[in-house]
Formats: sequence, structure tokens, C-alpha cells
Amino acid sequence: MQQTPTVPEARAFAVRSRTDLGEPILSVRGLKTHFVMDEGTVRAVDGVSFDVHPGEVVGIVGESGCGKSVALKSVLRLIQKPGRIVAGEIMYRRPGRNGARPELELDLATLPPLGRRIRQIRGGDIALIPQEPMASFSPLHTIGDQIVEAIRLHDPMSVADARKLAIAKLREVGMPSPEQRFRAYSWQLSGGLRQRAIIAMALSCNPAILVADEPTTAIDVTTQAQVLQLLRVLQQEHGSAIVFITHDLGVIAQLADHVVVMYLGRVMEQGPVRSIFHTPRHPYTRALLQSVPSVHSEARVQLPTIAGGIPHPLYRPPGCPFHPRCPDAMPGTCDVRVPAMVDDGSGQPVACFLHHDVAEADDGA
Amino acid sequence: MAPETTPLPAARPIARSADATGVDESRAPLLEVRNLRKHFPIKGGFLQRTVGLVKAVDDVSFKVFDGEILSLVGESGCGKTTTARCVIRAIDPTSGEVLFRRADGDVVDVAKLRDKQLRPIWRDMQMIFQDPFGSLNPRKNLLDIIGEPMFVQGVRSRQKRMDRVAELLNLVGLRPEYMHRYPHAFSGGQRQRIVIARALTLEPRLVIADEAVSALDVSVQAQILNLLLDLQRRLELSYLFVAHDLSIVKHISHRVAVMYVGKVVELARTDALFTRPKHPYTSALLAAVPVPDPDQRAALQGLPGEVANPAAPPPGCYFHPRCPFAVEVCKHEPPPLREVEPDHFVACHRAEELTLDGIGELESALRPRPDVPGATPEAPPPAPPDVPTPPSREVPS
Ligand SMILES: Nc1ncnc2c1ncn2[C@@H]1O[C@H](COP(=O)(O)OP(=O)(O)OP(=O)(O)O)[C@@H](O)[C@H]1O
Ligand SMILES: Nc1ncnc2c1ncn2[C@@H]1O[C@H](COP(=O)(O)OP(=O)(O)OP(=O)(O)O)[C@@H](O)[C@H]1O
Ligand code: SF4
Ligand code: SF4
Ligand SMILES: [Mg+2]
Ligand SMILES: [Mg+2]
Repeated sequence: MQQTPTVPEARAFAVRSRTDLGEPILSVRGLKTHFVMDEGTVRAVDGVSFDVHPGEVVGIVGESGCGKSVALKSVLRLIQKPGRIVAGEIMYRRPGRNGARPELELDLATLPPLGRRIRQIRGGDIALIPQEPMASFSPLHTIGDQIVEAIRLHDPMSVADARKLAIAKLREVGMPSPEQRFRAYSWQLSGGLRQRAIIAMALSCNPAILVADEPTTAIDVTTQAQVLQLLRVLQQEHGSAIVFITHDLGVIAQLADHVVVMYLGRVMEQGPVRSIFHTPRHPYTRALLQSVPSVHSEARVQLPTIAGGIPHPLYRPPGCPFHPRCPDAMPGTCDVRVPAMVDDGSGQPVACFLHHDVAEADDGA
Repeated sequence: MAPETTPLPAARPIARSADATGVDESRAPLLEVRNLRKHFPIKGGFLQRTVGLVKAVDDVSFKVFDGEILSLVGESGCGKTTTARCVIRAIDPTSGEVLFRRADGDVVDVAKLRDKQLRPIWRDMQMIFQDPFGSLNPRKNLLDIIGEPMFVQGVRSRQKRMDRVAELLNLVGLRPEYMHRYPHAFSGGQRQRIVIARALTLEPRLVIADEAVSALDVSVQAQILNLLLDLQRRLELSYLFVAHDLSIVKHISHRVAVMYVGKVVELARTDALFTRPKHPYTSALLAAVPVPDPDQRAALQGLPGEVANPAAPPPGCYFHPRCPFAVEVCKHEPPPLREVEPDHFVACHRAEELTLDGIGELESALRPRPDVPGATPEAPPPAPPDVPTPPSREVPS
């Protein structure tokens, strides 16, 4: 019989404003990650910029294949051949103790992908919860041994101490009987408990940034609610920043402070979660928001849809990537020039010629 | 670049009053499932003896009327797919009746038919599976895929099949010229349209859709939901719609059956079930749905504990170890499914005394949203502008 995991106390979760959060700890600028293959080049990520501030929750949305996973894997330097970062900067500023000036400032894009430096940062400073939950743990070792190994990779301590810390982390994420579960294999756990174990491992080194790729997509709605609540509580208690990917707008609304909307490898719009939901500026964001039925919307009416389909990744349209489907596209402009991401001072930068006239300098060359 | 999708004919929003929904309750139900059970043996030991039973579906009953959309919802493993597969006799139920009203008005028990007698039933009942990639044969073109059910039913004339396939492609918003293309030339949403077209080839009256939109992106999902609703209205189809996304279920269904560990725990009209649920499990499911509005950031309540193991469910009410309202009787007495209000069935000892939370008021939905040109219910989106077709690797038509 399963024991009941302790559910973290249910709390509301306020939206935080960037102005309260200090300088960004992660600044991605003009990131391009391409996959060069015989058939052609997939520009999976093609000029992405965004910031993550300390303790901020950044949500990345967009439809399947728009480059969300590739963007975050690039930050962690986990892209493998035939993929390669071809341009851009990934500035990481490790915060000093008690809000002191950053003790480390480093462009992750310049590090050798297999070097010691990036391995230290990955897991230690920036931890990943990958999209495939089975990829997190090896089926051959107990989850406890794997968490201990992860801790000792970044922090030289005795096995006994690491073990204590691992059990404490498992308890913290609400794992029932953590001492016993320490000896379990990942395949012996239910989806919800496995997700907790993955989060415990990711948190074991107190990362400054937790990167979660669809942390709740594979689990049921009741378990999803628990995992989201857990992430909120852990975020409040540890102050780690969280960058997460989802295509569920409900999850974005409930968890994110700041939202980045991607389409075909580029950011269309970003801004505070309330602005994105209540005053979306980019035609794609607006269409995306309208096309989801909600439990609150009127039943059995036709839902607004986005015309056409997502283009094949090898055949990106010229100009604004959204122009073939955009109801507001301006011929002669949108199909020729690539709109740059411009902030007019509102804190909600948008890449669309309806809002400004600035084109990308290299125009997607 | 995938082939383009032709826009559907202008859609009328459907009125919400009961008589305008297209549901015809004056006739006998199209489908009536009674006390359906499906128990899978668990083999163990090295003699592979049966050491236990997974009660995947355990005494399930429901009706589907003409033109009605009934949804089955519940957490993973609660028996939705198994129920659907028993109804269409993809698997043999352990016991129970699946009464289906044929076109000639005769009612047959699909559960008792011999294999040979099933073929005519499959004209009337079709299933759409979840995976639009796995369920299409990559070596067949659309004409063969969509026309195959006709061939199986004995239509040998190629011209007749071509005419029907052209008609069906039109119906699901694809160009008839595409009938000579192969599935890989289509996007996920278009493939799901092909799967739907194939299900409609023989003019079924009941379509069983198992997670038909779950794997699709939101914009494609909206297109397919619109298509399913449009077809339901125009062809007076009935659907048994299996899904786990409550927003979609709320959007599409007339009635909803909530399943928990192989049993129906609540069955009611959609509005009643979502606004005034009477089973604690339903209420918990609704509370867990993240509201897509950052101004309504509630504490998210999950359910403590795990779904009961269908091979060894707890005694009494299967939900009692997780139920915040459980009392002594719940631990011993299984609650039967009872009609506690007209058309509202609940399996809970305390259904009458509990007042449970539903989805709450509709304020957020009714707040006007910024206009989206070309994307309002009144004005269907314009046809996609013609995009220069890139060098194609598709099989030439
Ligand atoms: N190893 C690879 N080789 C070639 N192309 C790849 C590879 N990995 C990703 N891509 C391509 O890069 C694009 C972006 O993929 P990515 O996985 O980032 O999408 P995503 O936004 O995470 O989608 P999803 O929501 O489906 O996870 C896709 O077109 C994909 O086909
Ligand atoms: N062929 C089978 N043999 C043994 N057990 C089975 C078989 N098919 C299904 N089951 C079990 O029956 C139960 C119900 O499964 P089913 O696939 O009907 O659930 P579901 O509600 O469709 O779940 P999901 O939402 O994950 O699709 C599960 O416990 C499952 O493991
Ligand atoms: S730049 Fe043009 S095509 Fe792109 S979103 Fe704006 S209006 Fe539409
Ligand atoms: S019968 Fe008892 S345990 Fe079951 S749902 Fe009702 S109150 Fe809860
Ligand atoms: Mg991804
Ligand atoms: Mg299923």
C-alpha cells in the first residue's frame, strides 16, 4: 500500500516584478543553434535573446518543434552533432554571497562542451530536469546512489554526508519514506514520485537556476498540480530562478513571472505574465491564447484557429517567420525583412512590424 | 512545407440550450453499455498461472443518444481505453452488454456477436486512435487508406471509391487532389484529419475517439475540435470521446462520465458536472486544472496519494484512501452509482450532504479579450496565403 506523500502547504503564488529582482544572472543574446544535415540546415534556434533574473520564474511557450528544448539545451551546452551553436552569447553571472557582486562572469557559449568548467556549472549552478523523465536516472543504479554521485561531483564531501543530504532533499520534495525510497530504482516509482526524485536530484546542489523541460507534461492533472505547487514552494524557499518549458498556457499562467513566446526558432514576444495574457501584442501570441479552450469558455462554439500549418523546419519562410499565417501580414515588408525584437520601454519587447520598423541587421542570412 | 488545408465552410456557433444541441433523447439510445467488465489476468510463477486480476473496467454503464457527445475522463490507467475497445469489440469484454441500435432500428448486443457478425457493426461504429503517425500505413496513398474500409465492405469499383474519398477529403478540409499523396507529406494535424476521414468513410453513426487530439499542438487541436463539432452537427454523429484534458472535455461534450479505477464515479450533463460536481474525486480533478489566467493564481491542490492499484483496490469506496470526506462506512461499503438528481449519477455515500467546489464563476471567460483580427468566432480565418512551395521531396502525385 502506498504511503501518502506530504503535500506542501497550499499557498498562492504572487507574480514578481523584474524591477525587484536585480541584475540578470543569465543573459542569452542572439543565440543561434543549427543542425547541418545532408538534406539541409535546420535553424532550430535562430536568434534568441532573453534574460533570467535571480529568483525569477521564466516560462517558455510555443508549439512543437519551435526550438524550445534546443534553446535550453544550448544554454547547458548539451547540443550534440550535427547540431552546433553558430552565433550568440550565453552570459552567466554566478551571484556572490548575500547579494554581493557576481563572483563569476562567463560566456557559456565559449566553453569547450566536454570540458570540466561546463560540467561544474551544469548540475552545480544550472540544473536540468529533462523532457524525457526516463533520461534522468539510469535504471541500473538506485536513485539514492545517483543523487549522492551528483552531489559529490560538485561538492567534495564524504559519502555518508552526501547520503544524509540526499535523504534530506528527498524529504523536502515530499517523497514518502525517503530512507526507503533512497534504495529504490527509478522504474519502481510512479510517475509523480519519479518526478519528485528528479527534482530532488536537480536541487541537490542548490543551483542558482533550475531548467525544467516540460516538467509536468507526462503526468496526470492531479499529480501535475502537486508538482507545480512543489516547484512554487521550493522556489520561494531557495530563491532559485526557474526556467521552464511548457505548451500548457494554464501552467504558464500559474507559475511564470515572465513569459517568452517562441515560433520557428525565434522569440516573437516576451514580457511579464500579466501583460502577455491580458495585452498580447504579437499576432502569434494573440492567436495562440485564443485557440485553447478553457473550462471557463463557452462550450461547443468554433474555436479561433491559426490559418495554415507550421512550415517544414528545412523550409523556413523568408522575412517574419509567422508571415504565411499572419492575418495582419504586410506584403512587401513582412515577407522580406526579419523584424527585430524591440522594447519600446514597456518591458514587453515584440518582434513585429505592426509595432516598430526595425529589421534584423543580418536579415536571417 | 505541408500541403495546405482548405478552410471549412463558415461555422455557425451552436446554441447552448438543450434542444438546440442536436441531441435526440426521444429515441432509444444509440448505444447503451450495461455492467461492462473487463478483467485482465495477471500471470505469474513459472507455470504462468493466473495469480490475480486487473479489473480494468469494473461494472460500467452509460448511454449515448443520437447526436450526443459523451466523454470519458479520468487519470491514466482508470480504464478509458479499455472501455472504448470493449465497446467496439477490439477486445472481448469479460461480461456485460453493449447494446447498439442498428440503422434498421434493431438493437444488438455487440458484446455477444460472433466475429463474423461484427463486420456490419463496424460500418456503424468507427474508432479514431490517438497516434496520427502510427495509425496510417506509410506505403499507401490517401485513396487506399481512406477507401480501404469500402473495399473491405465489398465496394470493388475504383471510381466509386475515388468519388467517396474526394467527398471525404473535402469534408475534413483537405484538397481532393491530395488523394494520390502519401501520409508523410502531411503535418500532424492533417494526418489526424486523414484518420478522421477514414473513420467516416462508411458513414458511421457512432465515432469512438480515443485521445484524438491529445498529441496535437494547441492550434492544430483547435482545428480538429472544430472539425469534430462541425461533423457532429452536419452528419448527426454521436461520439464516445475519451480524453484526459478537462478543458477539452468541457468544450466538446454534452455529458461526461468520470472514471476512477475501472468504475464510473460520476455521470452528468457537462455544465452540472463542472459547476456542481457531486463526487469528491470530480471536484479534486477540477481543482487541479491550472486556470489560464495569471490574475487567478490559486493554491494548486493536487490529490494526496496514488491512484489505487486496479489489481488490488482497497475495500469499500476505491477512492477512500485519498478522499478528504471519507467516513467509516466508506472503508467497508462500496458506494453504488445512484441518480441523486435527474440525470446526475454519483457513486458516493455522501453525495447528498456534501457541497463541493466546481470550476466557479465564468468571469474570466466573459471578460472581453483583445481583438484578434481574423481569429474571432464570427469570422473564420482567411485562407492561408499561397506560400511559395519549396522544392518538394514528396512522392509525386
Ligand atoms: N538532433 C537533431 N537533429 C536534427 N534536427 C533536430 C535535432 N534536434 C532537434 N532538431 C530540430 O530542431 C527543431 C527544434 O526542436 P526542439 O526539440 O527544440 O523543439 P521543441 O520546441 O522543444 O518541441 P517540443 O514541444 O515538441 O518538445 C525541430 O525542428 C527539430 O526537428
Ligand atoms: N492488455 C492488457 N493486459 C493487462 N492489463 C491491461 C491491458 N490493457 C490495459 N491494462 C490495464 O488496465 C488498466 C486500464 O488501462 P487503460 O489503458 O484502459 O487506461 P486509460 O484510462 O486508457 O489510461 P491512459 O489515460 O493512460 O490511456 C491499467 O491498469 C492497465 O495497466
Ligand atoms: S511582422 Fe508582419 S507577418 Fe510578422 S507578425 Fe508582425 S504583422 Fe505579422
Ligand atoms: S464514498 Fe466516502 S470515500 Fe468515497 S468519495 Fe464518497 S465520501 Fe469519499
Ligand atoms: Mg521540447
Ligand atoms: Mg488510454
